[in-house]
Amino acid sequence: MAKTLFEKIWDSHKVDEIEGRTLIYIDRHMVHEVTSPQAFDGLRINKRKVRRPDLTFATMDHNVPTTNRSLPIVDQISATQIKTLEKNCQEFGIPLFGLDSPYQGIVHVIGPELGITLPGTTIVCGDSHTSTHGAFGAFALGIGTSDVEHVLATQCLVLDKPKTFEIRVDGKRKNSHAVTAKDIILSIIKKIGTAGGNGTVLEYRGQAISDLSMDERMTICNMSIEGGARAGLVAPDQTTFDYLRGRKYTPKNYDDLIESWKNTLKTDDNAKFDKSFIIDASQIAPQVSWGTNPAMTADVTESVPEPAEYARGDSSQETAAKNALAYMDLKPGTPLTDIQIDRVFIGSCTNARLQDLIEAASIVKGRKVSPKVKAMVVPGSQQVKMEAEKMDLDKIFKEANFEWRESGCSMCLGMNPDILSRGERCASTSNRNFEGRQGAGGRTHLVSPIMAAAAAITGHFVDVREWV
Amino acid sequence: MEKLNTVSSIVTPLDRPNVDTDQIVPKQFLKLVQRTGFGEFLFYDWRFDQNGNQRKEFVLNDPKYSGSHILISGDNFGCGSSREHAAWAIKDYGFDVVIAPSFADIFYNNCFKNGILPISLAKDIVSELMKTVSVVKVDLSSQTIQYDSKSISFEIDQSRKKTLLEGLDDIAITLMHEVKISSFEKTRKI
Repeated sequence: MAKTLFEKIWDSHKVDEIEGRTLIYIDRHMVHEVTSPQAFDGLRINKRKVRRPDLTFATMDHNVPTTNRSLPIVDQISATQIKTLEKNCQEFGIPLFGLDSPYQGIVHVIGPELGITLPGTTIVCGDSHTSTHGAFGAFALGIGTSDVEHVLATQCLVLDKPKTFEIRVDGKRKNSHAVTAKDIILSIIKKIGTAGGNGTVLEYRGQAISDLSMDERMTICNMSIEGGARAGLVAPDQTTFDYLRGRKYTPKNYDDLIESWKNTLKTDDNAKFDKSFIIDASQIAPQVSWGTNPAMTADVTESVPEPAEYARGDSSQETAAKNALAYMDLKPGTPLTDIQIDRVFIGSCTNARLQDLIEAASIVKGRKVSPKVKAMVVPGSQQVKMEAEKMDLDKIFKEANFEWRESGCSMCLGMNPDILSRGERCASTSNRNFEGRQGAGGRTHLVSPIMAAAAAITGHFVDVREWV
Repeated sequence: MEKLNTVSSIVTPLDRPNVDTDQIVPKQFLKLVQRTGFGEFLFYDWRFDQNGNQRKEFVLNDPKYSGSHILISGDNFGCGSSREHAAWAIKDYGFDVVIAPSFADIFYNNCFKNGILPISLAKDIVSELMKTVSVVKVDLSSQTIQYDSKSISFEIDQSRKKTLLEGLDDIAITLMHEVKISSFEKTRKI
């Protein structure tokens, strides 16, 4: 029977059935400091071991400071969480890329760059943005702490089979420098809604997806969860195979693996998806979110919508849009390009890889950040930071008055000292514009790295198609 | 895990769609290394103003809902971050049942790991239940909800129902499949 790529990965990882649900084997488990301490405690209480420490990898990213690493961590509770992960990894024999490691970084940035993430595998992490790894043709999903404990103890997960959802992005982008992967995924979420993907695994297909680099595919898959999906993936191709060659954990028999992947890891021609959504890449413009969820997004050329017009007859959506505009302090009819900003954050597992920084730097070069804006770049990993510094990107950012930081999740969720103050408005390359996400009372507008860079220079949003 | 079967209480109506886990437990409270004590942080930024004073207009601060064990809300409840702290906070605050037209997948799954029963119902029934001021009785074994002299039924996966009714440890159940797990492992290539 013809199968989709996801169904093939699912079938090849079935271990057993448990009362109508499926026991799925997990190939790679990524662990970080925030969602793991209670899981390790559970193991200790029940006298259980980590079944496969060799398939488990840990780093600290969520609450690490992005300032000078040689100084002690000021926040004692964060320091405790970081120490707890160190102790747990030592006790259970798990490799850890700690604060002093050249491989430390955001868990979803380091997995791929170290070759831990591989096509056709199952990957989990106690973080919703685990969907990022799907860019390599893996079934990668975020889980809660109880399931982290379950995977540590059994290397398996009990799951119900998700449905399949084809997202086809046809054609070509009109200006592939100005219209980025971030604009593609925000346009998709705007259309399918924040719950459009609930209970499904998205497969991104079509010309505009094949055209993307791995860094760009990761941006797309990363935000699958913002459309409610269990996971998102892209079938591996030559771009994928080239990216993974020669990385720290890339298997030794890599060429043999590629041959078998080429034959198996694709959706069969006659396979049927449970749902389908098609979008034309040539119609996609740079996006700016105006509300308090990622579906509340518009083309940069548009204005803040009237709640009634946005809700199209759905009263709860209309109330939600009114609440969002009150929180964001925006008036309907205001052109998005008139919105003035206070802060710029270029970072996060969505947009802090090398290509993101190269693109942002191309806008910043030879210009200065607006005097009323405070802007920062937080590379996704220490490896990204080192590569960027080899290219002198740090100099470009610093000369323009951006702060250049150490790697971590930083202001995407503000668990470390990098937060917005009440009422501050931020152009952010992160993934969530929820109320208070970047700091209580802070206002987030989701944009691409070059849109964020251009906003830093002018102090308000601009249509970057006029710049590049 | 504690067993769950029947829950009788008034309902707390939180009439908003897309309630995300960042609202359920804001990030500043994710730094604890235990599972307990998160109830006081539930909906923190909606319950309290910047000076730590209660916001009178927020439903959880209305004394008539104190002691409620059933939370009822809009579409896509629990979306966003996978933080299980959201489920811990809901349970610790005193809610055993959450009713909504739909749930985000990770949150839905986390509920069953913590003795919380999430129930999806049609939108019109959810709206009706939100307005109910009398005691609502949720019975998991018969999969029924009784309110205002009505009785309606709800759907739930049978294995998850059993987990809640018997308070089972999922890991212990999976470990009974050890032979299959080991033989699967021998076939793996990467």
